[in-house]
Parts: sequence; structure tokens; C-alpha cells
Amino acid sequence: MSDVNTPEVMIEAEELTKYYGSFLAVENINFAVKRGEIVGFLGPNGSGKTTTMRILTGYMPPSTGVARIAGANVTTESLEARRHIGYLPETVPLYTDMPVDEYLGYMGALRGMRKSQIRQRTDEVIGMVRLEEYRSTIIGKLSKGYRQRVGLAQAILHEPEVLILDEPTIGIDPIQVVETREVIRDLGREHTILLSTHILAEVSLLCQRVLIIHDGALVAEDAPDQLARRLRGTERLELEVRGPADEVTTALRSVPGVTNVRRTESGDHHSYTIDARHGADLTEDVARLIVQRDWGLLRLSPTVMSLEEIFLQLTTGEEDA
Amino acid sequence: MGNTMTIAWKETKTYFSSPMGYVIAAVFLALTGYLFAQSVSAPFAEASIRGWILDATLLFTLWSPVLTMRLLAEEQKLGTLELLLTSPVRDFEIVLGKYLSTLVILVGTLALTSFYVLLLFLYGDPDIGPILAGYLGLVLFGAATLAVGVLASSLTSNQIVAAVVSFGILLLLTLLEQAADVTSGRTALILEQSSLTGHFRDFARGIIDSNNIVYYLTFIAVFLFLTVRNLESRRWR
Repeated sequence: MSDVNTPEVMIEAEELTKYYGSFLAVENINFAVKRGEIVGFLGPNGSGKTTTMRILTGYMPPSTGVARIAGANVTTESLEARRHIGYLPETVPLYTDMPVDEYLGYMGALRGMRKSQIRQRTDEVIGMVRLEEYRSTIIGKLSKGYRQRVGLAQAILHEPEVLILDEPTIGIDPIQVVETREVIRDLGREHTILLSTHILAEVSLLCQRVLIIHDGALVAEDAPDQLARRLRGTERLELEVRGPADEVTTALRSVPGVTNVRRTESGDHHSYTIDARHGADLTEDVARLIVQRDWGLLRLSPTVMSLEEIFLQLTTGEEDA
Repeated sequence: MGNTMTIAWKETKTYFSSPMGYVIAAVFLALTGYLFAQSVSAPFAEASIRGWILDATLLFTLWSPVLTMRLLAEEQKLGTLELLLTSPVRDFEIVLGKYLSTLVILVGTLALTSFYVLLLFLYGDPDIGPILAGYLGLVLFGAATLAVGVLASSLTSNQIVAAVVSFGILLLLTLLEQAADVTSGRTALILEQSSLTGHFRDFARGIIDSNNIVYYLTFIAVFLFLTVRNLESRRWR
């Protein structure tokens, strides 16, 4: 039972750790996804996204820790947990010798749907992922983008409460990506969705919350804009200065708080990008410096780090001065 | 049980949505047809199936690996096993469904060989008892070889490897009978009792011995059980 104010936790990872032999793939991961949330799972290749998703779907067990789907432990109450899941694995699992509608019918039957239900939902789902023209085409003859849609169709066919989508928009053309995202956003109203991706724009477009995973460990968890705000403490300034480039660079580096200075040439003046330590607002200091030295200050603007940059910073660990 | 039937039905259809099912059945019929023709062409041939079914058991050691090799190996290759194992389907239902589909092909193909029996009735005066016993033996023997194939298919994502492994196991189990001939005492008894073909001879003679039936059923159960355990092992590996 859950009351209205605190929505039920639909996906729960509790101290998940997974070893492949002696290789540590996932280390002590904790998070929870509530009903109706769309959460993005972000990380470079090989960071443990797929492993975590496979644990959540009950495909393989964690070495230690507990994963729960709709309250059911995926290891000990596997069948119950699996009843609530729609899953799109990374390699879209399709029987390439089956027609689309037959494939969906088979998947529906395996999820315990009745015949009439399957017929109705197959029509609906095929409409949702816009596969109407291809419903009796052999899957093997479809292009990658369409196959991806068939994969998505099977994941949502049985109206699961929890959707786990591993790279749902990978390998499909830009127009289809937009459409697929729309489908996912629509689904997010009623379903709980955990989707992995390494496309950051996708996360800011779709997700209310982001989990960033790196080397098997969660390194950040927040709303996409919160994450940007929190990391804005890492101030960044962009400026254009007319003056001797080497001297300017050295001078800028000497400003207390500056962690990094990059220079790009453009005509008779140079552009500089300055990264500063958390919370340090150096706009004034830098302006004063340039003016004192009698160089020409052509432009000075603080910039917000993009999600890409935050991500890079978190996952490459270039925090230190 | 519903899931098992769903899977069995889908797999059976798959065999006939490609040339595979037809080719497999046709080759079996061509070879048994040859064996049948040979057995009735011999001087003083008797109107029975005994002449060809003993040799047909050898066919199964090649035929079953080919029939079963794709069952689980292909699912692993396509990645669909991940989908199957994360669906609310029990592991034994997957294995049983797949196995049942091969049994359908086996029984269907054997049913077509009843044409030879029809010829016997047209041109001779065969005894129906031994014929039925012979067919029961063929079904049990074939079913046992298919169970080996299912296990081998679960071990790898490469269909060729699966076929070679089951072929190896089946050939070994067949050759055990010859090993029994050159040993003596308890060793010979154990070898003979474990050999796949040793238990078939009675059926070929028209004798239905519960000992042999139990052997084949146990054999099937063991191999299917091992397959289920192998699938499950993903969950605790």
C-alpha cells in the first residue's frame, strides 16, 4: 500500500555488486525509481549500464545486493518480478525469420496475454511505433531503425509497469530518434522507465532524473538541470583578449582559483577558456587583470557547462587543479 | 503448461517456415527408404521392419544433432534468449517447449515411414505386433537422441559446435555396445546397459520390455534436466 504523496518505488537497487570472475563490473550501486518517473542511466561504454540492467531484469543475479521490481526481489521472486517488466536489451532480440505481427503475438503469449488482448494490443503498439506498413514483413528484411522499433514494441506490448530500455535510440536515423523519444515520453506518463544512453541530449529531453555511472559505480544522481546547476560551481569563463598570447595565458593562469586555461587563435586577438575551482567567481578578477595590464578586453562571459562537459568531467576525473 | 505449448508451437512452425524442416524430413525418408528397399530385396526377406530400423538408429546419431542444433544456440546468438529468460516463463517450460517441437518433427517423419509398412501389407503378410513394438522403440530411441541434442544446443551459441558435440555424445553412447563386447563381467554389463543401441534390440525383435522403456525415459529426463540446470546456471553464475 502506498499513499498518494509518496509514490511507490518500482525499481530498487540496493548495494548491487557484480563480479565477472575477478572483474568488478558493478560496485555497490544504490538507487530507486518511483512510479511514473523516467530516469536516465548515463555512462561511457563498459561502465556497467548493461550489467545493472541485466541484474534488474533478472537475466543474471548480482554477486551481492538486492534488486527489486515492483517490490519483488528479482533473485528470489524472479517470476513475479519479471511479470512487471518490459525489457529492450542492448542487442535487439528478434527472431529474424518471423513476421512482425507474429513475433509480437509470440512475445505477448509468453507474457501470458490472452488472444483477444494480443490482437488489440498488437494493433495499438504497431501504431505507436509507426510500423503499420511493415506488420507482416519478415523481421530479417527490416532496416536497423525499424528493428529497433519492433524491439520497443515488444517491450511495451503487455503494458508493463516497469520499462527497462538499454540504448533505445541507438542506430536509428535522426527523424526516427525524435519519434522514438516521443513514444518513450508518452509511455512515461503511465510507466516507470529506466533507460540507458550515452546521448546526453536525450537525457535532458526525456528524463526527470539522471544516474551517472562510471567504472561500475554511481558518481552522480540528480535532475539534469540540477546537475548542471550544482556543477556550475565549476565556473567557466570565455574571453577574447587582444595582447601577447603567451603573456596573457601566463597571467590568467596566475589568477588564484583558475584550474585550466585554453587558448584558441582568431585573427589578431585570441580566445581563452578558463575553468575555475568550484564556487569561485573570477569574472571581476580576470577583468581587472586584463585592464591593469592594458590589454584589450573584447569579450568576457561566464558560461554554463553543458551536460556533455559535466559528464566528461565526472567520468574522466579532471577535477584537480 | 501454456507457455510450453506456446514455445513448442512457435518452434514447430519455425522448422517449416524455412526449408530446414522439409529437408530434414526428406533426407530421413530418403535414407530409410533406401534401407527399407535393401531389406526387402534380400533373398528370403521377411515382411517386417526389423531389417531397416536397426540401421535407422544409426541415422539418428546424425539426424538429431542437425534437428536440435539451432534450438537454444540460435537464441543465444540472436540475443533472444535474454528476452526469453526475462519473460515470466520458467526455464523448464522453455526447454520442454523446444524439446516437444523436435518430438513433433520426429513423430511426423516416422509417421511418413508407415508407407513402407503399407507396402509390406500389400505384398506380404507382416505381423503387426513387432511392427508396433519397433515403432515404439524408434520413437523412444529418437526422443533420447533429441534430448542429447537439446543439451548440446544449450551449451553454445554456435550451431555447428552444438551439432558436433551432440554427434560426439551420441556416437560414444552407440559405440559403448561394442566396448561391451570386448570386456566381461560387471564392466560389460554396465557398458551394455548404458549404451543407447543396446536397449533398442529388444524393440527391433518385437519385444516391449519395461526395462528398456524406463531406460529411455530416464535418459531423456536426465538430459533435459541438465539442460534446464544449464539455463538456470546463468542466474547464479
